Amino acid sequence: MGEFLTDNIKTQEYFLNMGPQHPATHGVLRLLLQLNGEIVENIDMDLGYVHRSIEKMCEHDTYQQIIHLTDRLDYLSSHMNNEAVALAVEKGLGIEVPDRVKVIRTMMSELTRFASHALWYGVNAMDIGAITPFMYGFRERELINDIMEETCGARLTMNYNKVGGVRYDLHPNFQKKVKDFIKHARKKLPDYDAVLSNNIIFKKRMKNVGFIDKDNAVLYGLSGPTARGSGVSCDVRKVHPYSAYDRVQFNEITFTEGDSYARYRVRIREMWESLSILEQLVDNIPEGDYKVKTKAVLKLPEGSYYQKVESARGEFGVHILSRGDKLPYRVKFRSPNFANLSALNKMAKGVKIADVVAILSSIDIVVPDIDR
Amino acid sequence: MSYLSDITGGIKSLLGGMTVTGKYFFINFFTRKEVITEEYPDNMDTLKMYDRFRGEVVMWHNENNEHKCTGCSSCERACPNGAIEIIWKKEVNPETGKAKRAIDKHIYHLGMCTMCGLCIEACPTDAIEWGQDFHHTTYDRTQLTKVLNKPGSKVISGTKE
Amino acid sequence: MIILSNFSNIHQWLLGLIQNAVATRVVELTIIALAYLAAFALIGLLLVLAERRIAAFFQLRLGPNRVGPWGLFQTVADALKLVSKELTGTVKADKFLYGLAPYFVIITALVSMSIIPFSKEVQVFDINIGIFFFISVSSLGVIGIFLAGWSSNNKYSLIGGMRTGIQMVSYELSVGMVVVTMVILSGTLQLSQIVALQQHTWFIFQGHVSAIIAFMVMMIASTAETNRTPFDLVEAESELGAGFHTEYSGMNFAYFFLSEFMNMFLSASIIVVLFFGGWLSPFGITAGIPFMGLFWFILKVSVVIFIFMWFRWTFPRLRIDQILTLEWKYLLPINMVNIVLMAALVWLGLTF
Repeated sequence: MGEFLTDNIKTQEYFLNMGPQHPATHGVLRLLLQLNGEIVENIDMDLGYVHRSIEKMCEHDTYQQIIHLTDRLDYLSSHMNNEAVALAVEKGLGIEVPDRVKVIRTMMSELTRFASHALWYGVNAMDIGAITPFMYGFRERELINDIMEETCGARLTMNYNKVGGVRYDLHPNFQKKVKDFIKHARKKLPDYDAVLSNNIIFKKRMKNVGFIDKDNAVLYGLSGPTARGSGVSCDVRKVHPYSAYDRVQFNEITFTEGDSYARYRVRIREMWESLSILEQLVDNIPEGDYKVKTKAVLKLPEGSYYQKVESARGEFGVHILSRGDKLPYRVKFRSPNFANLSALNKMAKGVKIADVVAILSSIDIVVPDIDR
Repeated sequence: MSYLSDITGGIKSLLGGMTVTGKYFFINFFTRKEVITEEYPDNMDTLKMYDRFRGEVVMWHNENNEHKCTGCSSCERACPNGAIEIIWKKEVNPETGKAKRAIDKHIYHLGMCTMCGLCIEACPTDAIEWGQDFHHTTYDRTQLTKVLNKPGSKVISGTKE
Repeated sequence: MIILSNFSNIHQWLLGLIQNAVATRVVELTIIALAYLAAFALIGLLLVLAERRIAAFFQLRLGPNRVGPWGLFQTVADALKLVSKELTGTVKADKFLYGLAPYFVIITALVSMSIIPFSKEVQVFDINIGIFFFISVSSLGVIGIFLAGWSSNNKYSLIGGMRTGIQMVSYELSVGMVVVTMVILSGTLQLSQIVALQQHTWFIFQGHVSAIIAFMVMMIASTAETNRTPFDLVEAESELGAGFHTEYSGMNFAYFFLSEFMNMFLSASIIVVLFFGGWLSPFGITAGIPFMGLFWFILKVSVVIFIFMWFRWTFPRLRIDQILTLEWKYLLPINMVNIVLMAALVWLGLTF
């Protein structure tokens, strides 16, 4: 019988197109899976389906105008992206922003991070097959969106930063709403653990899947929670503090396991850290101006300027090359997702199809940030 | 022995999850207290957007059909997307008989607008502002091109750039 | 041989009307078939609606509440929409098998419905090997799903179909062994007999420890049999799109959808019959009133179905190898021990 099978039945590897329209690829990403039965032999990633040439567009816009384009990169951490550009331009112009601006920016960043992680929690649950936690994540995110809408005027593409400050002062309700939110989130976050983190099925699905060790994480240029799950200490907020991060107490969350579950736990713990940062700042917002007056036409001195921030997905960097003109000569965005996605093949070799979905969602990619 | 503790631990974790979801189910089943969604088209009358909400760019008009836009093109220059066009006309002052440039149409392409707010910041006379309407859907994209100053409207006299 | 003794009054009445034994039988069968088809559709539509509303409450939503009072006609509207839709197919699909597959699934569900004792009066087919008949017929449904996956000429469907094969074959075993366990206790395969034996105590109390273990295993295995989360790998929308029925549209899709819910109803019915006394009222409080059995049966089935839904809206999905691990390394050994335990209990007379 064994001979009959090997002689007469040929098995071959086959290819499966995952995407560009596929529920698990979070946007228009195409994965070409080379499969042996259910086991993944190789993954080819095909990018570029939402390429909008944002870097090129930046070359035709003034420095004030660039900022709103970065909303459309990683739309879930749009505030951090804005902040990176604003900080880079301020660095070039030598503008020192008031303390109030720094605190406002930090608080907004942490709110955005929480919102992004809350959404990721829901989407991750959905990729693993549990649909209910999706709405739990959105419940918390909706409250943050309301805070954002009240102060910034938009829910997602806030465009709140500008060179030399922020666009509007904080709304009078802001402090009260943030305090309410912190109280609400502290009550609801344990639900997340009960429904998903402690669930035996979820643990079995996430543990020992998508392993990447510390050396490889550095080699692939991973950053953010994805790298910290492998034990790489790379939190820009700690290593190169910007805005008000040098005046708050928080822990950099690292786990050494390097599997999907470690990355999951990093994000859950980061939500708690975000809450504690918010709690430290919400009563200590210094009085002062919310922006400094800048010239109508900004001309960056000749040279190159790099600023990195910790976005919800990792290190987001902006590199501006200026020729002393009012338009930048070249703008390059270092997006965390591109580097993080590059490690997918390494993580997902030899796993099942279902694990590819789990690993992809544990990296937490946002496709527009990859394609730019 | 770990075999049995696996089973009991697993069952315990599953029951923990079911407790949480079950709690929400029974609360919602009897009281609808934890329901977070809104019944959108039904609450249109009571739905109030926040003051700073960026829905679309509108031009403020007073009761005499007058606005503050002098047509200085600051917004046109500030717009990153070319969503605003200002069209001029020659206006003859009846008293002096001199021809002077004046605003004819303030054209706003909603379809190109990214709601960044730079035009409104750039406006020296605060003529344009944010409208709270977000029902932008149309069947034809030509309807997304709007003329912001109403027909026959004038600049409030004394408005300076 | 179809036993219609429960409908004997109607039978007499029809016989008097038609005056021909064979024609009466045919008319009778047609009426019963139509009634069961109607019940089938009604139960299916109600279950879909219930699932959607219940899911909504689990997920902090309201659910469909627009069509009719409390959204009662939502699924009717959906069904009308599906009927009016075009039946599409893939280019290189095996047309014959592709068309055949949904009927396989729905007919098996319909046939196994015939043996369910809805109440003392309402049971079409009280065969003496009832529960055995149920298992054998309902296991044919997997062929339909497998055919659908194979004939669609779509890799996602194929993977879904393959997974079905693996999953069903494994979990049939568990269902079968649980049934064996309970048959040891009851000593009969006939469903009406099984219910009648629980007149004083339900089997879950009669068999206590062993019956409770069997019940838990049965719940898990039934969830897997009906392809619901945490065992919905066959569809697994985040992995395979819609799995085996990706390429089906309109009514063909509706057949799969409906039969999925019917299978859940049937599994719940069998659980109720085996463990909770079928249509018997608790403590015999409504024993004398005719057709109250129907009420109790539906109530018990609803509770079991609610637990299925609770599972579905709480748990994540297992991976294919974990499903097999769960069956072969956990459920099967537990079942084997449980059969011995049950036999010992019955032998030593330790049952209540």
